[in-house]
Amino acid sequence: MTSATFRHVRHVVTENPVTLGAFVLFLLLLLLAVLGPALVPYDPLKTDTVNKLQPPSARHWFGTDQLGRDVLSRVVVATRLDLLIAFSAVTMSFIVGSLAGAAAGMWGGWTERVVSRVTDTIMAFPLFVLAMGIVAALGNTISNVVLATAVINLPFYARMARAEANVRREAGFVEAARLAGNGDVRVLAAHVYPNCLPPMMVQASLNLGWAMLNAAGLAFIGLGVRPPTPEWGILVAEGASFILSGEWWIALFPGLALMVAVFCFNLLGDGLRDIIDPRRRT
Amino acid sequence: MSQTGTRLEVEGLAKRFRVGAGWLHAVDDVSLEIGAGECVGLVGESGCGKSTLVRLITRLLDPSAGRIRFVGQEIGAVPAARFARAPERRLIQMVFQDPTDSLNPRFTAFDAIADPIRRLGDVAHRADIAGRVGVLADMVGLPRELLGRFPHQLSGGQKQRVGIARAIALDPRLLVLDEPTSALDVSVQAVILRLLDDLRRRLGISYLFVSHDLSVVRLLADRVLVMYLGRLVEAGPVADVFAAPRHPYTRALLASVPVPGRRRDAARLRLAGEPRSPIDPAPTVCRFFGRCPDGFERCAREMPELRPVAAGHAVACHLHG
Amino acid sequence: MSVPACTVPLLEVQDLSVEFRTRGGLVRAVEHVSFQVARGETVGVVGESGSGKSVTALALLRILDPSARITSGRAVFGGLDLLAASEAELALQRGREISMIFQNPRTALNPIRPVGRQIGDVLLRHANVTRADVRRRAVELLARVQIPDPERRYAAYPFELSGGMCQRVMIALALACSPALLIADEPTTGLDVTTQATIMDLIRELAGRTRMATILITHDLALAAEHADRIVVMHAGHVVESAPTAALFANPRHPYTAKLIAATPQAAGGLEELAAIPGGLPDLTGELPPCRYHARCERYAPICDGPLPRAEVLPGHVVACAKPI
Repeated sequence: MTSATFRHVRHVVTENPVTLGAFVLFLLLLLLAVLGPALVPYDPLKTDTVNKLQPPSARHWFGTDQLGRDVLSRVVVATRLDLLIAFSAVTMSFIVGSLAGAAAGMWGGWTERVVSRVTDTIMAFPLFVLAMGIVAALGNTISNVVLATAVINLPFYARMARAEANVRREAGFVEAARLAGNGDVRVLAAHVYPNCLPPMMVQASLNLGWAMLNAAGLAFIGLGVRPPTPEWGILVAEGASFILSGEWWIALFPGLALMVAVFCFNLLGDGLRDIIDPRRRT
Repeated sequence: MSQTGTRLEVEGLAKRFRVGAGWLHAVDDVSLEIGAGECVGLVGESGCGKSTLVRLITRLLDPSAGRIRFVGQEIGAVPAARFARAPERRLIQMVFQDPTDSLNPRFTAFDAIADPIRRLGDVAHRADIAGRVGVLADMVGLPRELLGRFPHQLSGGQKQRVGIARAIALDPRLLVLDEPTSALDVSVQAVILRLLDDLRRRLGISYLFVSHDLSVVRLLADRVLVMYLGRLVEAGPVADVFAAPRHPYTRALLASVPVPGRRRDAARLRLAGEPRSPIDPAPTVCRFFGRCPDGFERCAREMPELRPVAAGHAVACHLHG
Repeated sequence: MSVPACTVPLLEVQDLSVEFRTRGGLVRAVEHVSFQVARGETVGVVGESGSGKSVTALALLRILDPSARITSGRAVFGGLDLLAASEAELALQRGREISMIFQNPRTALNPIRPVGRQIGDVLLRHANVTRADVRRRAVELLARVQIPDPERRYAAYPFELSGGMCQRVMIALALACSPALLIADEPTTGLDVTTQATIMDLIRELAGRTRMATILITHDLALAAEHADRIVVMHAGHVVESAPTAALFANPRHPYTAKLIAATPQAAGGLEELAAIPGGLPDLTGELPPCRYHARCERYAPICDGPLPRAEVLPGHVVACAKPI
């Protein structure tokens, strides 16, 4: 990253308090993901049935669950897995979807037909059900959860990229690129595609939140992540059965963590777009 | 630097687009020649086909019929999709009308000018891209400190200079100027026009200057071609055509140009109605028939061809030969 | 007196100033603008992009962007100060007594409503036309602006019409209630030159019939020269010169006006004669000197740093310059 880029990033982040807040929160989440396991007071997997179902106290800030495990530790450690799933899924989805969509929008013809039919097919299913189906069919592992989440998110990127590329392909600078000797592929790769990215950045970060909820949802119904691995969805699932009997903290705190993370990503979207789009540079 | 002879030869060029059940004749039987170092103006209003003609000549589009010969080479035969790799690609370039739209918003001015050098430049050029870009910036009057800026950080005139620098980067022999100043303020227009004129004389480039603004064409072009609904209706030296236009459309065009000091209630040749449809036009009817104040029965049964009426001056009209 | 003593001007703008609050600071887009329009007169407001001419027009009708503030001035129209009037009073004027047509007619019309209906809307709102009668009146108006086959075109959508036809529809909309004043903001920019001529002729013809005054805003000096009785030249938010057309061209007194005339291709004999105006518009944020042209002016002298005089050098000919030609 050149110094000009760095200055621009810093400018964008500090200019808007919302973006700044979101960035700080994001860094915090990253920190927890990376260092979490080393920082937590208790072993998240260690059971201690004597101390089960304890409400939040000085010793256990978030209380303990039905097996005596410290809820705080479990929530913090789960950060890593949740972020990993969300990022991997969205990255895969973004790359494959946007490239396919941009190619479809740029060249039309068979590329467009194939990509359109594939995205139409995916979108014909209730997406969560489709994710369930994929995980059930391919096997109950975390990597399949990532794959399923990536697949069901493909259409959003493909459609957006296709629309953006379609508009850009008539632009003067595309013709100028052809005059300068750029072949079809290079025009797409170096000229059209990078210009499609900024609007997709907002979509990508909204998607991060969505992917996280998706993975949590799948874990909630027992697909993908299995207990005792801490993951926010599973934690909420485990805690759900205790809400009625009054032990609200087991489900609330992981739920809050999930909410905060999704919120952070939603707010991040605008900031990311501002970083990527050179028109924001002053 | 100077060369004699014809650089561009277009013969019977046509382009048809499928529209619904019919064909849209965007360009129909157009023939023209541009000599070395010459500036030929192409005037016509929206829908006359000049944008299509320009894209055919710069090989961004494939013709439906006709030949395009450039410095003796049949470039019309090379498909547009493969022309990027042809040796003639660097010799035919274009300056666009809208400087904002024709610059990649993610490329700095430097990148924009360097792009053709990187893609098509010879070894010597590519060895010192920064040097070459600097020289080009100087040539077009763009301060070198602006090279690191993005298009949205430049003024209209500055952006257009970038566009011109990019177009002349590889020393082309034919430059198509597609309304290069119509998106600019009048205060900047003169500078850009003078720059273009100066570059032409210094570098010996031939120009095809496309514009709907006749007053500007008058200042820059040696010869002018008038286009209407895909066909050429008049061609000749600029002074002749402007002083003594023969074709009724040319006359109406010239009469419509606002001129300071002209009496307002001077009789103006007002064109009635809308142009004929360019979709499946009747091949034996003059395209201007119906709007022409002087049409007669022959105009409806025989398409007029371009015929010389004076030295170097040709008209496609039954009123004149 | 600059105006024949027996005629009160239809519109008198005095000392209009508009500023915008932007991220970069306060932009004084228009400052101390004054001019008059007499009944039946066509006044051309000429200037380059950024000169403040459109802002002036929008300010008169009070349809500026919310970030704009009119900081001073009066615009007296038929006894009413437009800049101080209430929304209710203005609503009565807009469309009925003062109309406006815009650049880019296709985008100025509602894209999802047939053009005839849009004309009908204006008639119903302002002209006391009954619902039964509105279609007939709208078709009449379409015919008056010379749209061929008006019965059929009543139901057309803007995207089905050419640029010239859309502009005619806008003119029909604007003239539906026979306003006393028409503000035409770049009405022919983007149109072909033949269409331009017919549109301008149409406006003049219709204006002549009802003694309607027109403010013609344009960057094309030659266009203003051919159609305006008087011309007001603006630069960077200031009126630099204002004079009857013939006098302006025969004797431009402000250096900018002279340069502008020399930069018009129609008037130039050859490329060498075509003038360029060096520099660009000054940055309108922050502090500006009294004369906003001084950075680009070759006649600049220390006297130009002082307050900007506004003098009537000849009857009807006003110049804002410390060193007029």
